[in-house]
Amino acid sequence: MALIGSGVLQGLGVTLRTFIETYPWGKALLGVLRIRTGQGLVTIEYPDVRQQHHERQRIFPFLVYDGAPDNLRCVSCKICEQECPPQCIHINGPAKDEQGRPAKVHGRTYPVTFDINVAICMSCRICVDVCPFDAIEMDNEFELSTEERFGRLVFNKARLLKSNEYFQQIKPTEAAEVDARLAAKAKPSPKPAAPAPAAGPTAAPAA
Amino acid sequence: MSSLDQVFVSAQTALFQLLPEALRPWAGIAVRIGVIAALAPAVMMYLTLFERKVIARMQNRFGPTRVGVYGLMQPLSDGLKMLIKEDIVPRHADRLLHMLAPVTAVAPVILLFAVLPIGRNMVAADLNVGLLYIFAVASVGSFAIFTGGWASRSKFSTLGAMRAVAQLISYEVPGALSVVALIMVTGTLSMVSIVDAQAARWFLFTPWGFVAGVMFFLCGVAECNRTPFDMPEAESELTAGFHTEYSGMKFALWYLAEFLEAFLVCGFTVTLFLGGWQGPAVPFWLLATLLAVIVGMAQKLPLPVRAVGVLVLAAAGLLWRADPIPSWLWFTAKTYALFFVLVWFRGTFPRLRADQLMGLAWKFFLPMALLNIFAAGVWVSYPFPMGTIASVLLLAAGAWGLVRINQPASSHAPRTYVLAD
Repeated sequence: MALIGSGVLQGLGVTLRTFIETYPWGKALLGVLRIRTGQGLVTIEYPDVRQQHHERQRIFPFLVYDGAPDNLRCVSCKICEQECPPQCIHINGPAKDEQGRPAKVHGRTYPVTFDINVAICMSCRICVDVCPFDAIEMDNEFELSTEERFGRLVFNKARLLKSNEYFQQIKPTEAAEVDARLAAKAKPSPKPAAPAPAAGPTAAPAA
Repeated sequence: MSSLDQVFVSAQTALFQLLPEALRPWAGIAVRIGVIAALAPAVMMYLTLFERKVIARMQNRFGPTRVGVYGLMQPLSDGLKMLIKEDIVPRHADRLLHMLAPVTAVAPVILLFAVLPIGRNMVAADLNVGLLYIFAVASVGSFAIFTGGWASRSKFSTLGAMRAVAQLISYEVPGALSVVALIMVTGTLSMVSIVDAQAARWFLFTPWGFVAGVMFFLCGVAECNRTPFDMPEAESELTAGFHTEYSGMKFALWYLAEFLEAFLVCGFTVTLFLGGWQGPAVPFWLLATLLAVIVGMAQKLPLPVRAVGVLVLAAAGLLWRADPIPSWLWFTAKTYALFFVLVWFRGTFPRLRADQLMGLAWKFFLPMALLNIFAAGVWVSYPFPMGTIASVLLLAAGAWGLVRINQPASSHAPRTYVLAD
């Protein structure tokens, strides 16, 4: 039969050990006594010390541009706006010139306004998955709190735009995949262009 | 230069020399009241910080660190927060009793400080019925809790209050009975005389004193509603128990009462069983040097503070190098060590169920306390080896028997489960 109260004393021992091992001298003492120690203090004192987050951590989307901010990849196709489950994306576009034809910069149409509401976004990454142009990606910036409820919580195009270099920096693996995919898309573009003249005449008579 | 042990007493005497003869008794009363009224809230504020720091370390956290160095300003900011909070009274509450209850909780606890001997010749009132006074005044606290819970007119509060009354009354019985053995041996009820009786040996190191001390301490823990006996509050079951409907300064008063009561339980256990302000005659300069090293190595303190602290401690060590560690420091150190045990309990044990709580008081502590009175009689009647051995055997057999008797009947037959169809 176990001694009366031995379980109680055992429990007290565990807490006392945990208490002692959070101090450097205590850790040394337990080492001398050859008592197995746990993990010690686990708190990361956030504003002073920052935790190394996982690369795939996702908080809020941003729009990717190559080189200059006007060279954004988004063509204002509005697929993300339609697919967004909480409907936090609002796009005006594509931009039109005076004659009402789609305006193009760097050979692409572009959105006039592109707003995402932080208060509504649920960080699901569906917009990234559905984008055919890899124009929208997830950022891991998490300090998004603001004192103003309406103005600052809606991110406009200017605040959403971030460079591809930034993307490569925060998510090297994913950015490399995207870059490879875009490069593959860009390279064979002469090939579809080459059969196009051949296909064009055959298609035209058929029509 | 007067000795360090009596430094406060001599200061008071010197101060009173300045007063006319007729005013001295009144000044004595005023000083005692003033010191207790000023020290009690200050003690409570830093007890909260102490508890939060220790419990945090037991859970692998830092505890408060942001307000001031090592979080030392945290109690002040908490107090400020409590002061400026809105005071909410439920619509159908009994407004008068709702307001009076926290006051009636704090008042008796502060009254209890009167008989606490903090050091040699340092007690506000050396009542010759000190022990009786403790039990009489401490039991008023259960009225306060019941009043507050009932006046809130909330189900959580009422449930908490009813639990509190059941628990407090149950634990007062073994708590008082465990002290009977002590009264029997010392033949006095005065706190000062009880401390004097422990000059040769602390009562914790006698067989009956060990049992009585542990029981008195645990009953005290139960009476101040601390984990693992925090049934009246039970935040996971009753949101906050009897003080669910309190906010702002009234809530702070409840906490003041609770922490001071916990402190007093430690203080009285120290006084009755751990030798009070008595302690081994360790030279004071040793302690001063140790403290100076600790203050000097505290990396987060600003450098001037560290320098001044080291200098002051070194000077004190030099000035009183012939003195032992003063009695009031022994008392404070022992009390805080015991408060650490309270926090340690809170960090370790889950809350007891209502039936376990009542069972512990009535089925184990009560018979054990009665047996302990007998054991103390045996210890007193027979000289050293025989009496001690007999009482140890008696108590061990009693504890073992009580545990065996109280063991729940368990059948080892395999349980069969029948699914309802």
